Amino acid sequence: MREVDRRSKYDRRVFLKGAATTVPAVAIATSTGLGVSDAWADDASTLTPATLKTLVKMARDIYPHDFLGDSYYITAVKPWDGKAAKDPAVKSLINDGVAQLDQAANERHKVPYVQVSWENDRVALLQRIEQTPFFQKVRGDLVVSLYNQKEVWPKFGYEGSSAEHGGYIKRGFADIDWLPKA
Amino acid sequence: MAKFDLNDSGVVVIVGSGAGGGTLGNELAQKGVKVVILEAGSRIELQDFVNDEWESFTQLAWSDMRTTSGSWRVAKDFPNLPAWIVKAVGGSTTHWAGASLRFDEHEFKVKSAYGDIAGANLLDWPITLAEMEPWYTKAEDKMGVTRTNGIAGLPGNNNFKVMEAGAKKLGYKTVHTGNMAINSEPRDGRGACQQIGFCFQGCKSGAKWSTLYTEIPRGEATGNLEVRPNSMVIKIEHDASGKVTGVVYADESGAMQRQKARVVAVAGNSIESPRLLLNSASNMFPNGLANSSGQVGRNYMRHMTGSVYAAFEKSVHMYRGTTMAGIIRDESKNDPKRGFVGGYEMETLSIGVPFMAAFLNPGAWGRSFTSAMESYPRMAGMWLVGEDMPQETNRITLDPKAKDKFGMPVASVHFDDHPNDVAMRNHAYKQGAAVYEAVGATVTYPTPPYPSTHNLGTNRMSEKPKDGVVNKFGQTHDVKNLFISDGSQFTSGAACNPTLTIVSLAIRQADHIAGAMQRKEI
Repeated sequence: MREVDRRSKYDRRVFLKGAATTVPAVAIATSTGLGVSDAWADDASTLTPATLKTLVKMARDIYPHDFLGDSYYITAVKPWDGKAAKDPAVKSLINDGVAQLDQAANERHKVPYVQVSWENDRVALLQRIEQTPFFQKVRGDLVVSLYNQKEVWPKFGYEGSSAEHGGYIKRGFADIDWLPKA
Repeated sequence: MAKFDLNDSGVVVIVGSGAGGGTLGNELAQKGVKVVILEAGSRIELQDFVNDEWESFTQLAWSDMRTTSGSWRVAKDFPNLPAWIVKAVGGSTTHWAGASLRFDEHEFKVKSAYGDIAGANLLDWPITLAEMEPWYTKAEDKMGVTRTNGIAGLPGNNNFKVMEAGAKKLGYKTVHTGNMAINSEPRDGRGACQQIGFCFQGCKSGAKWSTLYTEIPRGEATGNLEVRPNSMVIKIEHDASGKVTGVVYADESGAMQRQKARVVAVAGNSIESPRLLLNSASNMFPNGLANSSGQVGRNYMRHMTGSVYAAFEKSVHMYRGTTMAGIIRDESKNDPKRGFVGGYEMETLSIGVPFMAAFLNPGAWGRSFTSAMESYPRMAGMWLVGEDMPQETNRITLDPKAKDKFGMPVASVHFDDHPNDVAMRNHAYKQGAAVYEAVGATVTYPTPPYPSTHNLGTNRMSEKPKDGVVNKFGQTHDVKNLFISDGSQFTSGAACNPTLTIVSLAIRQADHIAGAMQRKEI
């Protein structure tokens, strides 16, 4: 069977060449293997870097994929800054939601949400707010903004658009080789 | 290409260009009848389709505001998206999977076959399978349905092979790559399937039948058919005698236009079609046009649906190749011993990572969900589609508050499962899981119904005017030059996918309309 190359198809040189204005530091950090520096949230205009970092932690706890680096979660949640800038209701939804999450974390664990060490403990905090508009908005947005990143698809063994490659008629649509003989 | 005057009162106006409207338009045009198709969506040709689920959804889906109520889970998870259907020239034939099956004989006479079922508004169709057979034959030839007319079946993809192996182990007998309106070999000016895997996003190769690039251009070539895209019909008008005289529609710029008509045929799918009749209420028809029975909008059916996805130890890559070219038909019979009447089909299905995340278990999160997502390349999947019970209370009404941009009330969709639907779905989930477990599935996921793709029954056919909206030709009981030409005519839903029956009815209706026009009956 033809397996899918799990490495991103996206050439890191594209990121490093000239695209720097549209591709944030995140992508460069990822593509150069340097890891994500703390600076990614510093250019936020409306939400604080701490709030954005809490959203990233929350995003990973909602959809934990250990094979995905933080950069994908950052890409998924960073647009909240722009949405908060445009709409005061969004700004307070996010700020109040994060504040309440931190408050609950402080009450139970004496530290803010991002510093609660075990995922299970953080998930327990999220379960308490699962029905809130804050949580539902963040999750509802994330299920698209995380899984709809083309860079993420190969990591899930999904190949995306196929028509320009002639479909799968010569690329393994019927190459399964492990089934018992019918 | 024809261009008809707004004041030309000799034309047949068809609302919608999908399986019903697009087919009817071409058939009439071929017979020399002048036709104007008003299509709410824009004209997107196949080279512009995109192999990207969300981008394609934005391009094609009907996303205008609708509201929902009832106990179905869609009302909670997707409250403004009751249906996943298309707003574009070609309608939902751009997006459909291609499965083209005939009703069984008993599925045209469900009241006789199933008897009285509490809560179900069952009625026999005013037509029989025997009457429909010649029309089915014409439709299969027109659409190039595999395993009919000497057309070979499609080759099975990985997803089919898994299902087939499991089905054989369970002892199922009727298992094959389906009766698909997708070319397995070049035919009728269209090429063979390239196994692209994005059937739902519009077939970029044109191997799949769609009115967009078959019926519509052929009708246009006669000089008798004009298609006006971005034309949203607002209201159907009538004269003092109760005959319809034309329609008011919003054109591309949003300006209101009035197209006169000799005949109006409504084919806007089972949500918009009753909405249009209800929005066309007048002093003479205070409860909506053609609604003396009170049945307009009622008996909304969406098929018993659900999916089973299963994870295996090794790769499947279910997304490669034709989405729905695989079927197990053994459960489609009516065998009440299973605890429900009617039957269901099991058909291969795959969705990509973006839609899997959205639809596998809407609202779910955490490790059990992400573990399922991470099994994506090792997943096989099937869709369960079966007959649901028509219920009077499942219905399309006009929302009392929400209005569209033209100020017209939007459609509100109410749906509750009937106990028969629930029993059938549970049986189907169990059998679907068993198919996969027979070949080593490590986990199975009983996945809830998606927003409805098969919307049926809201202007149903009946022998007697008091029981339904249209007669056996889709002609409304109340207004003789007003027709319904889509799946809303269905008296019952049957187990199988509806498009072949919609197309067959449209071919038959064209014959009837052209004859009646010639005889000056309408």
